[in-house]
Amino acid sequence: MNRTASKNNKISIRNLTIRYGNFTALSEVSLDIPANEVFGIIGPANSGKTSFLNALNRMDMMRTTMQVEGSVLFNGVDVRSWSNVYALRSKIGVVFPLPVGLPLSIYDNVALSPRLRGIANKSQIDEIVERSLRRAALWDEVKDRLTSLGSLLSGGQQQRLTIARALSQDPEVLMLDEFSIAVDPVTTMRIEDVLKELKQQMTVILVTNLVQQANRLADRTAFFLDGRCVEVGETRALFAGKVTDQRTHDYIEGRFG
Amino acid sequence: MNTRSDLSPTGNAAGDIRNQDWYVDKFFQSAMFVCGISAIVFVIGIFIFVFKEGAGFIIQQMDWAEFFLSPKWRPTSATQATYGTLAMVAGTAAVTVISMAIALPFSFGAAIYIAEFAQGRTREWLKVIIEMLAAIPSVVWGFIGLMIMNPLIIESFDVPIGLNVLNAGIILGLMAAPIITSIAEDAFKAVPDTYREAAEALGATKWQVVYKVILPAAKNGLLSAALLGVGRAFGETMAVLMASGHALTIPGSVFDSIRALTATIAAELGETPVGSDHYQALFAIGIFLFTITFIINMTADFIVRGIKNQ
Repeated sequence: MNRTASKNNKISIRNLTIRYGNFTALSEVSLDIPANEVFGIIGPANSGKTSFLNALNRMDMMRTTMQVEGSVLFNGVDVRSWSNVYALRSKIGVVFPLPVGLPLSIYDNVALSPRLRGIANKSQIDEIVERSLRRAALWDEVKDRLTSLGSLLSGGQQQRLTIARALSQDPEVLMLDEFSIAVDPVTTMRIEDVLKELKQQMTVILVTNLVQQANRLADRTAFFLDGRCVEVGETRALFAGKVTDQRTHDYIEGRFG
Repeated sequence: MNTRSDLSPTGNAAGDIRNQDWYVDKFFQSAMFVCGISAIVFVIGIFIFVFKEGAGFIIQQMDWAEFFLSPKWRPTSATQATYGTLAMVAGTAAVTVISMAIALPFSFGAAIYIAEFAQGRTREWLKVIIEMLAAIPSVVWGFIGLMIMNPLIIESFDVPIGLNVLNAGIILGLMAAPIITSIAEDAFKAVPDTYREAAEALGATKWQVVYKVILPAAKNGLLSAALLGVGRAFGETMAVLMASGHALTIPGSVFDSIRALTATIAAELGETPVGSDHYQALFAIGIFLFTITFIINMTADFIVRGIKNQ
């Protein structure tokens, strides 16, 4: 039963526990995320949301203190059984809370991922760069200065550049970690529109500090609290008050956190 | 307007007294100021001294064309003394080029390994050992050049003399390497970790992260590390005096002995009458060296400042 279910899921998580030394950041989380779903994760700070994302694309390898237990299945295969972790990461796009414009030109920022994949054809890269920037709603603002430094863009533009860079990977899964922290509300709405469309092509995991953002975008939403997944359910149902745990309701209503 | 009542009739607020803390603060500010500007005072003082000693020669006797373009340095000739530095400049330049060709790849490689690949204890040990390398006195390096490298070069390359450009270049390269490594590592450390994570999240391998992201981001720091290495090699005296053969020729190959600008001053200054033409000509070389290293260091400094303004 469990096995067949996990076959249809893009990502299946079983008993995921993450520790930093004695501190348990996440304990015993089990989740299934089907393909082409926008999966929202809400919860206050320190509830284990970012650690959860780090475990999915094996960024724990960069953090010597981070220990991961349990299993994360990506397309039915445990991410820890991948012999080439770089290939795994190239299938999973990541957008960080604060924009990271690499100290390269705007063009090179977006062209980096296709180049890493070995695409050398200039017109092919041009095409990927333009398409990614268009999808991230940044093309019109930067098309005349693609050679200027990406790190010189404004915060909101850099965040869209980061999204364009993640999209240039043609990822199967796009993970966004509180992407709107450094972005103005207008830009946030533009990016949200983009995300709604991306759902056709990829699975989106949206960690957000804005409860209403999850409401607007996510098909299903999980509520994390103190390293535990308190509740997972249809976003509409959760926001309509159909919760099994009172804490979820309190958090959604803004009564704590 | 009630706050007015807090003021005493003279206009001073209550408690406005220069207490001990105030004087201690002033004292330390002044003391630190003196320490801070002392560096400037010393640099200017040294420059004035060196310039004063060499100025008479530069203004009156020196033939500029001869000084820079003649390879003939014959300060003690009774009939016609000539003061040409070309051979020494060429020798110093050749040694510097060889030393950088050896030091830069090793240093940058070591810095990349320490900053990007080595973990925990390995990294700490490597840093300590590289710093120990920097603490070896230059005369010890010269001794190594003289006693170890010299026979080694004679044997390996079948040349008559092992005290030459290659020997001095290797010694200077090894001497400059720890400094270059340490500054280059700082340049890598200055690259934010977010860049590494962002690139790794794109699926870049460690090496791809290094050469696609870290190297471009750190390039100014690396350039300034290289320039400081050049300055070090250019200004080094004792080791190069011992390892280079101290022969006044324009080198045609790395197996030719040369004489460095610095070594000439060191070897001759003690035996020249103070105030003589020869004495002043040596100071003219000193001014020349001072100018070159000053330019190199300033350039490095401007490049580093360029990084900060980015």
